[in-house]
Order: sequence, then structure tokens, then C-alpha cells
Amino acid sequence: MRLEYFQLLDRIVELDIANRTIRTEATVPLESSIFQGHFPGYPLMPGVLLLETMAQTSGWLIIAVTKFERMPFLAAFKEAKLRNFIPPGTTLSASAKLEHEGSGFAVAQAEIRVDGKVTCDCDITFRVVSFPAPDLKTYMQKEAERLQFPMGAITDG
Amino acid sequence: MSSTFDTVAKIIAETCDIPIETITPESHAIDDLGIDSLDFLDIAFAIDKAFGIKLPLEQWTQEVNDGKATTEQYFVMKNLCARIDELVAAKSA
Repeated sequence: MRLEYFQLLDRIVELDIANRTIRTEATVPLESSIFQGHFPGYPLMPGVLLLETMAQTSGWLIIAVTKFERMPFLAAFKEAKLRNFIPPGTTLSASAKLEHEGSGFAVAQAEIRVDGKVTCDCDITFRVVSFPAPDLKTYMQKEAERLQFPMGAITDG
Repeated sequence: MSSTFDTVAKIIAETCDIPIETITPESHAIDDLGIDSLDFLDIAFAIDKAFGIKLPLEQWTQEVNDGKATTEQYFVMKNLCARIDELVAAKSA
């Protein structure tokens, strides 16, 4: 996890296209400039970045379902709950289920667990569009390699 | 149609906090009811689920942007409901 680069996931550990589910993992870094302000003497993973972690997890599921042809952009969070403080060094297990694939949009339910316990959850709406720039698609494909995206799940699914 | 209208009007009223009595078959969802594109995603989600269909929003938007259709054809309530009825009928066929 590199907070400053918005790389909030370390790896994709499960991807089930048939059941429209995904699970990712990431460990909150021990050091980050973000903790200088959030908060001095009491570092915590910012809630907005926990939401972003769930959005990125859901987003990779949508990219998988659309076979790297479409890019999800965050549109709305609903019923977002941040149930516990997350200090540096915590390993997060994020998961998402695609609830609905509409025309140009998608809705997912996502959560983050720590040691098996749900610490955050929300419903997320995305606009889903064709990649608006070739460089973005190239970047996402490179990111997929970093995250150990299981390409076989797409070709098999 | 009337049943479809009632369902869609209820969805719009609940999703966008619009008094249901102000929604008529002649209401334009965008121009009259003030529904923006983000709210319309919520409405489309609810319509898709309620009727078991997939509103072709991307196709409609493309047709409007290309000048091949007007927003009235898709977003005036009576026309929207007619499209929904067509999609439901096509699904059942």
C-alpha cells in the first residue's frame, strides 16, 4: 500500500467472475507523510482512504467482469460505515460483490475485514465507461500485474 | 402503462425526494423534475431491479448526443414507461 500514490491494494487474492466477487489484501504502511496530519501522535488510516480501498477493490471486479474493456469511476457511496480505528501496520482484507450491472453503471457492496471482523462497509455506485485514454488502460494493465491480477479468471470466465 | 407509471413515479419520488403528486405522465424527468445524471443512475438501478430489465441508458444517451433522438423520447415519464413496457415485453417474448 502506497498511500501517496493512491495504491491502496497490495494484491488480489480471490476473483470469482461467475459469482461476481473479489477479495484483496493490503497492509497499512508503518510510515507515511499522511500520518503527520492524520493524526499527530495518533496515526490512523484516514476514513476516506478506507472508502477508496473498498472502491478500488470493487473497481477491479468491474474491470474483470468487463474484461479490461471498461473503466469504473466512482460515483456514489451509500450507507458507508467506519466501525473501528485502523492504525499503521494493520492488514486489511477487502471484498466486494457486484450487486448490479446496469447500462453504463454498476453497483457493488464492499467491506473491509481486520482479523475476520468487519471494520468498514458500504454500497458503491460507479459510472462504467470505455477507457477514456489509452495511457490509462496501459497503466491499469501494469497495475494488474503488480496486484497479481489472475488473468486466467477472465479467459476462463 | 398505469401500473408501470405508478411504480416508476414511486421510485422517483423515493429516490429523489420529489412529492409524488407532482410527477405526471407529461413530466420530463430532467427538465421538469430536475433529476440529474447521478440521481438517474439510482433510478435506473431501482427500475432495473423492479422490472427485471436493463434500461439501455448508454444507447439512449448516445442517440441523444448524436441528434438521432430527443431527450423527450426517453425521459418524459409516459415515454419512459412505454420503453420499460417494451423491454419487459421483449424479455417475456
